[in-house]
Order: sequence, then C-alpha cells, then structure tokens
Amino acid sequence: MYEKDGERYYIVDGHIHFWDGSPENQANKYGKGFIECFYDYHRNLSPPEWVWPLDKFEKYTEQDLMTDVFDDGYVDVGIFQPTYLTDFYKKGFNTTEDDGAIAEKHPGKFVVNGAFDPRLGEPGLEDFERLVARWGLKGVKLYTAEWRGDSRGYKLSDPWARRYLEKCAELGVRNIHVHKGPTIWPLNRDAFDVADIDDAATNFPELNFIVEHCGLPRLEDFCWIGVQEPNVYGGLAVAMPFIHTRPRWFAQVLGELLYWLGADRLLWASDYAIWHPKWLVEKFVDFAIPEDMVSEYGQLTPDIKRKILGLNAARLYNLDVPAPVSVSGNSHPGLDVSETPAVVPAP
Amino acid sequence: MIPGLPGTAAGGAGTRVVAEEGGDGARTGLTGAVMAALAGVRDPELDESVTDLGFVADVIVAGGRVDVALRLPTYFCAPNFAWLMVNDAAAAVGTIPGVREVQVRLVDHFAADEINTGVSEGQGFGATFAGLADGELDELRQVFRRKALAARQDRLCRTLLAGGATPGDLSQRRLGDLPPGADTDTYLQRRAELGLDVSPEAPFLVDKAGAPVSPERATPYVRRLRTIAVSIEGNTGFCRGLLATRYSAGQGPGQRVGRDR
Repeated sequence: MYEKDGERYYIVDGHIHFWDGSPENQANKYGKGFIECFYDYHRNLSPPEWVWPLDKFEKYTEQDLMTDVFDDGYVDVGIFQPTYLTDFYKKGFNTTEDDGAIAEKHPGKFVVNGAFDPRLGEPGLEDFERLVARWGLKGVKLYTAEWRGDSRGYKLSDPWARRYLEKCAELGVRNIHVHKGPTIWPLNRDAFDVADIDDAATNFPELNFIVEHCGLPRLEDFCWIGVQEPNVYGGLAVAMPFIHTRPRWFAQVLGELLYWLGADRLLWASDYAIWHPKWLVEKFVDFAIPEDMVSEYGQLTPDIKRKILGLNAARLYNLDVPAPVSVSGNSHPGLDVSETPAVVPAP
Repeated sequence: MIPGLPGTAAGGAGTRVVAEEGGDGARTGLTGAVMAALAGVRDPELDESVTDLGFVADVIVAGGRVDVALRLPTYFCAPNFAWLMVNDAAAAVGTIPGVREVQVRLVDHFAADEINTGVSEGQGFGATFAGLADGELDELRQVFRRKALAARQDRLCRTLLAGGATPGDLSQRRLGDLPPGADTDTYLQRRAELGLDVSPEAPFLVDKAGAPVSPERATPYVRRLRTIAVSIEGNTGFCRGLLATRYSAGQGPGQRVGRDR
C-alpha cells in the first residue's frame, strides 16, 4: 500500500521475476547475451543509485526480492511471470516452479503465472494441464520469440497455439500475458507485430490478452488492436522507467494509451529485477502530464493512477482490494471501440 | 539503399575511422565518400542514418578495400533489420568509384556470423536463414517505409496545426503549399521512395495507398499519425540510450580517427 497527499494506492506489480541468469546457469553465449541485454536495460533506465552490480543482477536472492518488492517497494501483490528460456539456461531462466516455491512460503503475496509452448504439441498440452492444476494458474506468460531447438519463435495464430488457448479457456486460465521479442517464425516478418494477438483476442473473447510492454516497440499497432478488441490490455513494464529518463516521452506514451484504450485496461508493472518498484511507484504517483500536453492528452487523476497501479490487475485476478482504496464506479473507457476503426484510413 | 541523402561528412557518434593515407582527415577522398555513403544508409525501423545513430563502429580504408564494422544497441536486435543495414551498407559502399572490395561486418550480435556470411556471399536472407524464413525482406522494408512516412507526415501536421490550421484544412493542402525546409524535403524524399505522387499539386494528407484523406476523417487520421510518430521517436531514444550504455567508455570499439590523402 502506498499513501501520498492523503490518497491511498493499492499496488499490484503486474510483472515480476525471480531469475537465475548466472554464468553457472548459462547454457551458451545466448544465455550470456540475454542477461547482459537485460542488464543494459537496467543500467540505462534506472536512476544511478538503483543500479546493481552485474553479479547481483544475474542472480539475486529470495530475501532481495521480498525486501525490494514488498518491504521497500510498496507492492501488495506481485504477479510472477515465468520466462523459461531452456535453450539458453540449463535450469531455465525463471520457471513456474522457481516462482511457485517462493509464493508458497508467502501466502497472499503473489500470483503465480505459468507458461505454455505450442511447439510442444500434444505432450506439452498434457504437461500444461498438470502445471495449471499444480499451481492453480489463473494466467500464463508467453514469450513468442523464445527459441526451441531449430525454431526461433511462434505466433499466437498458429494452429497449435489455438489448441493451447482453447485449453486455457476450458481450465479457466483467463489471463494471457504476451511478450513479443526479436525473433519469430518466419524471421523475415516483423517479430514485434501484434497482429497475431488481434487474431487470438477475436477468437477468444472469454480470455484477456495483456500485451506486455504495451506492444513496445510497436506501440502504434498495439493501440490499434486495443481500440478494436475490448479484451486486450496493456502491461506497462519497460514503459514505466522512462518516467525517469525521458518523462516527456513517457507522458506521450501514457497519453496515447489513455486516448486509445482508456484507464481501465492498463496494468502497472516494474519488471523486477530489471527495475525496482519503489522509485517507479513514487514517481508515478507524483507524475503529471506536462502543461503543454494537457490539451492533447488530459491530466492524470488519483483515480486513474489507482486503476493503473492495482485495481485493474485486481479485477483480472480477483484480488481482494481493501475498501478504502476502491474508486467510485466511473469508467475511463478511451475511444469508442465500436465506431472509430472502420472510418480511419490506414497510414 | 538510397544514396544521396544529406548526412554527416565524417564519422558520427563514436565511429572509428582509419584510412591509409594522410591529408585532410576523413572529410576528403575515398574515406569521405565512404562516410557519405554510410550516412545514406538508414535503420529501416527508426528512419535515421546509421552514422547518426552511432551504429558504424569502424571504417578502415586501405588500397581500395573498405572494411566497415556495424554495431547495434543490443545483442538481440531483430536479425531482419540488422540484415538490411549490413546489406545496404555493403551496397552503398560498393558503388563508390575506386572501391574494389568491401566487407561489412556486424559485430556483437547473436546472428552476426550468419548475416556477415550471407551478405558477403550474396545469398539472400531466405537462403541464409533457410527453414527459419519464408522469403526476402522487401515487404518488411515497405511496411517500415510507410510507418516512417506517417511519422514524417505527423511532423508537418504539427507544424501546420501550430500555425493555426485545423485537421480539416490539412486535407485541402497540396504539396506545393508545404513550408520550405528540411522536414518538407525529407517528407517528399520518403514519398518518392514509396512511389507516391510528389508533384506540387498532389494532396499532402494521404493514406498508405496515396489516396487523399477526406476532411471529415482528418482528425482521427492525424491522431493515428501521431501515435506512430510517438512510437518511432521513443524507439529511437531507447536505441540510442542502449547503444550508449553498451558502448560506454572502456567497453566495445573505441574511437580512433585516421586520415587519408
């Protein structure tokens, strides 16, 4: 819980990790390259006092996680998003089991999400069913750029992905977090294109699709599918830290998201341990759209911030929100999803 | 790639230029021509010159042989865009009179070996990534040229709106009405690349097929242009920041400027 200027904020961190990127766990040069890439994100966008040494960043402890996220970071509930990368890391980078073991020690603190890989076909489907049962999954995190053997990724529109999404619908795994990366099949297409999420969101209206990093680096494509698909959400991990390094651009991104999707479909997240939730929460609650942009984007209110910081995620995951931090029933729907898309020509 | 764009005369951010001969540094002779050619190579996603972005790590000119090293903001930058930059750099340098041999090497990238070999041996992208790709990159390039054009169009819209025009007015403007300057020049150049009409009578506000946008649709259309521009601008800033972090002092290729004669 975070309190500032008489306003209270219930905080759900929509995207946290407990990973092992240490040299001992790296299976090859790709594993080394992956964690170093994360580390550059961390170093480039964190305030200097929040930058860790590389060895701590590669492998931090359970105690670091609990202290940073909950004791210092104001977070009420953290949502674990696994990232397996078993082709890069011997024991996987961040598995459901790693997360689940911590979650079981700290009841009420975490949501444990799982993952599936449609390339694993029928046997994978059975494993996934067991994973759902074991951890009581309400959500999954998919990384479509993940390498597997000779494959460099997949799309949500692939036939097997559809089978897995049917399974999710059947088992009540309603929240599908999708993270795009630099590789897919086929490699000659834009790997970050979110059109396959559009396709899946249309076919599975009973599921929620949370597009991680709000589609960055394809913010425009994400906004466009978000305006057409009411079950598409934006996760703000990676966009958030720009609040420090490039606040005017952060205001524009947030302004675009609020314009197209509205305040009810955005989920705040730190992407811990890439960024520390404490400074992100503090800066976000203090944040205002710069004066010269207000005519275009409007201004943020405590209610809008409350929704983004926790209430939207609480709705998706049925979390109990203490009554004093609820907002009155007003919705912030963004653009009219029924009329606009058809009449705007494509640039 | 399209040569002839205005570019920096010599090495941009952090570029190491080594030439075999003395003289007036990198600004003249073959080295100058190489740098100008590289300045015309753009990151297809960011629509900016690779020299300006600091992606050119090394240029070595010796006896008609040119070696160029390209570096990118992350180890995992998308391989298709990386391919286009390596390929375009090799093509641009290869057409300079006096260049007998050109080698462009991508460094510090997960697919560097495949891309460097594929480009230098003249294989296509599809053949280089056999089984992982189902074609070449022309369509990808076209998609990002359209996005880049939209962002350039946005920039001019902002200028015109700030000058008192309404979105509906923008639908009535012709290319000949645009304010003279670099933004207009670049916009027209990008339009020409896409094969769109660049005559002074052509409508300014056009969709991806080049069809004029009607006044009643102009407001939401201009909003869409804006989102595309915000996206590209943000990606450019992030890429610049990551490159600076990755190649900060003491790491990666350093800066060394040689001379030619």
